[in-house]
Amino acid sequence: MPILETIGLEKRFGGVTAAHGVSLAIEKGARHALIGPNGAGKTTVINLLTGVLRPTAGSIMLDGRDITALAPYQRVRLGMARTFQINQLFSDLTPLETIGLAVSERLGLGSDWWRLVGSRPTVTEEIVEIGERFRLTDVMHERTAILPYGKQRLLEIALAFACRPHVLLLDEPAAGVPDAERHELLATIAALPEDVTVLLIEHDMDLVFSFADRISVLVNGGLLVEGAPEDVARDPRVKAVYLGEDLDA
Amino acid sequence: MLTILFDGLAYGMLLFVLACGLSVTLGLMNFINLAHGAFAMAGGYCTVILVNRLGVPFALGLPIAFLVTAALGALFERTLYVHVYRRSHLDQVLFTIGLVFMSVAAVDYVMGSSQQFVLIPEALQGHFIVFGIGMSKYRLLIILICGLLTVALQLMIGKTRFGSRLRAAVDDQRVARGLGINVGAVFAITFAFGSGLAGLGGALGAEILGLDPTFPLKYLIYFLIVVTVGGTSSITGPFVASILLGIADVAGKYYAPKLGAFVIYTIMIVVLIWRPQGLFGRSAAR
Amino acid sequence: MSAMLPPTHGVAAFLARRARWSPLEIAFWVFAFATIWLFPGKHLILTETAILALFALSLDLILGYAGIISLGQAAFFGLAGYVSGLLAKYGIVNEPVIALLFSGLVAAALGFVTSFLVLRGSDLTRLMVTLGVALMLGELANRYSNITGGADGLQGITMAPIFGVFRFDMFGHTGYIYCLIVLFVCFLIARRIVYSPFGLSLRSLKGNPLRASAIGIPVNRRLVAIYTVSAGFAGVAGALLTQTTAFCSLDVFSLERSADLLLVLIIGGTGYLYGGLIGAVIYKFLQDWIASLTPQYWQFWIGLVLVAIVLVGRERVDGWITAVRAAIVRLGGRLVARPAALGS
Repeated sequence: MPILETIGLEKRFGGVTAAHGVSLAIEKGARHALIGPNGAGKTTVINLLTGVLRPTAGSIMLDGRDITALAPYQRVRLGMARTFQINQLFSDLTPLETIGLAVSERLGLGSDWWRLVGSRPTVTEEIVEIGERFRLTDVMHERTAILPYGKQRLLEIALAFACRPHVLLLDEPAAGVPDAERHELLATIAALPEDVTVLLIEHDMDLVFSFADRISVLVNGGLLVEGAPEDVARDPRVKAVYLGEDLDA
Repeated sequence: MLTILFDGLAYGMLLFVLACGLSVTLGLMNFINLAHGAFAMAGGYCTVILVNRLGVPFALGLPIAFLVTAALGALFERTLYVHVYRRSHLDQVLFTIGLVFMSVAAVDYVMGSSQQFVLIPEALQGHFIVFGIGMSKYRLLIILICGLLTVALQLMIGKTRFGSRLRAAVDDQRVARGLGINVGAVFAITFAFGSGLAGLGGALGAEILGLDPTFPLKYLIYFLIVVTVGGTSSITGPFVASILLGIADVAGKYYAPKLGAFVIYTIMIVVLIWRPQGLFGRSAAR
Repeated sequence: MSAMLPPTHGVAAFLARRARWSPLEIAFWVFAFATIWLFPGKHLILTETAILALFALSLDLILGYAGIISLGQAAFFGLAGYVSGLLAKYGIVNEPVIALLFSGLVAAALGFVTSFLVLRGSDLTRLMVTLGVALMLGELANRYSNITGGADGLQGITMAPIFGVFRFDMFGHTGYIYCLIVLFVCFLIARRIVYSPFGLSLRSLKGNPLRASAIGIPVNRRLVAIYTVSAGFAGVAGALLTQTTAFCSLDVFSLERSADLLLVLIIGGTGYLYGGLIGAVIYKFLQDWIASLTPQYWQFWIGLVLVAIVLVGRERVDGWITAVRAAIVRLGGRLVARPAALGS
């Protein structure tokens, strides 16, 4: 059974159809990429999956459970987390606090108003571990707002990861990252645990082809093609859409 | 009962003239101007001075009140408000409350704290009886003037070039600028005009609403309710909202004196729960 | 301040150290309690200051930590004020502390009920709703003057001794000690909240509510919770006013009261808990000084201060405050609680 499934997902804004007939089935542990030209509706799909937008039609199943009507925070608690194309971080908090926040929430400590932050060893251990995995160890105490962009991007992913999701949705993680910091980012993504299912939206074809085991192509809100990377790269329709862009990895 | 409808209509239209400037400012500049009532007060006191003390005829006192208040609005806009446009809503609230406090205290100092009455010309006192409905002449005048103003406003906004520039700027400031519209000038003119209207409303309304230094604070909530219920993306919204509220308020106070004042508050809360963007507003992501 | 992240126990130690009471904080409270003996003749005005401080603290919780702009804290202040007055006047609950708790709970209940209105809509809507509720209550109190005393205020209140032992005296000694202790207790609770995971989640949803919900935080639930707590604190402040003055009047609901409260908090700074307390002290000083110059037109100068602060820029004012604090800190030694984001 696929861990994440959408059936005929559709989103209309007045007269504009941003997404229609989007049906995806993603297996557990998959590394699935969603690509398409600008304006194809990729971020809309992520917003629908995470509950930021309500679909006008269709349904979403997470691990066999219909989550179409659930609020965003409820979906997170069921094991789906996302990153944002433009960093959405807490500018006045430090990475330590940011990651600690996500961990606390996940462990159900979020509404605890009596105990002090950091008084539970399980939480602090996890903060350290995640900090190391995402190479944030040396900036844990800096205010997020002053971190270099690459580090912020890493924190963006670390934050989603701290929710220990079963399904992780990455919205253009490499966007805007300067070349010098790219390698760190890509290595981190490649090192994500195997039991975490990853849905990746990206324009960076190097990343897509080195990372994904399955690719879906979204054009004008609809799915054009889906398949293994080599097949998608060879597909003439995809080439036509990208107009001569070299897709061969 | 029809008298109540008539009175409510007059009250509602007065509210509209008073509050529409606030609605446009909020919709146009995303600026919460809690000092709007101060301009109304200024218009009221201006007329009092002109008509009562200087013997200027009432018919002249009204337009002068409009002009003086509009000038005041333009002055304040260019010197003070312009610095606060880009600030957070909290800053705008603090700033305009500060202005209200200053204006209330200043007027108290200069004019004293007792209620002022405008000397209405003989011709406007008393009332007609039409089909058994008692229509106060003064209120009739209010309905006429405010009705004309409303129509004029609609025409101006709908049919003139300035109107279309205004609508463009309300819709999307950045795009409007990109099209070459001098948004700053649109702001200034609109703010001045809105303040002038408030001043006119204050002058007209002195007789009905009561004029004293605490006017801006007393009626602030009414203006805010009109704007909230009517939304900020049109003129018709606040217009309908004002009429609705005017009639509801008058009727409420007549039929249930103890709880009459709550009718407006209740409507406000119900609308806010049901449609937070107002009955006629678009859902704005602000 | 970039340090190598110490191992796990180091992280815990770091967080614990941050939440510990700094010498500056301890000095503040020692001095606060010392005023009981240092200024025996000023207890009446000091009581007002303590009440205002608690009131401002309640606003800081929602404005400084959760980003809710409210012009209606007076609703909770006034409601509890009248409730406690009525409890005392009609002998329903004689013991002041119990009456205080009860009145606070009533205010918190109102906060809970109205919180759902505050969640929806824009800044303007929140302003409207909070202001509207306060004015509505004021109108209610005005109408039902047979219960509330209307424009004349609630009179004929006699306060029983606290715990049956400490009488309220004419010079306000008992009243001041009572208020100071209540302020301190409420402050302790607020401090606990702020340094807890709950408090951290509040700061996050103030800064970026979208992301907060994207990491599993039930944003609305948290807002409702803090709004309710804040209403309770404001209510306690209002009840204290009634109990220490044996009087309650309609102006507890006024717009001026809510607006002055904003000013107090802005002067002191938001988001670090002491802003309301320090702001209250400065405000009272200002009020005392200006009132001695021009008693009648005090409102004008307050308005001028508000306008000036905004024109100068709250960030700059905050910058000065931070600079002054930093200077004191260098003298004092250790860091006060790190200031979080400003209310904006």
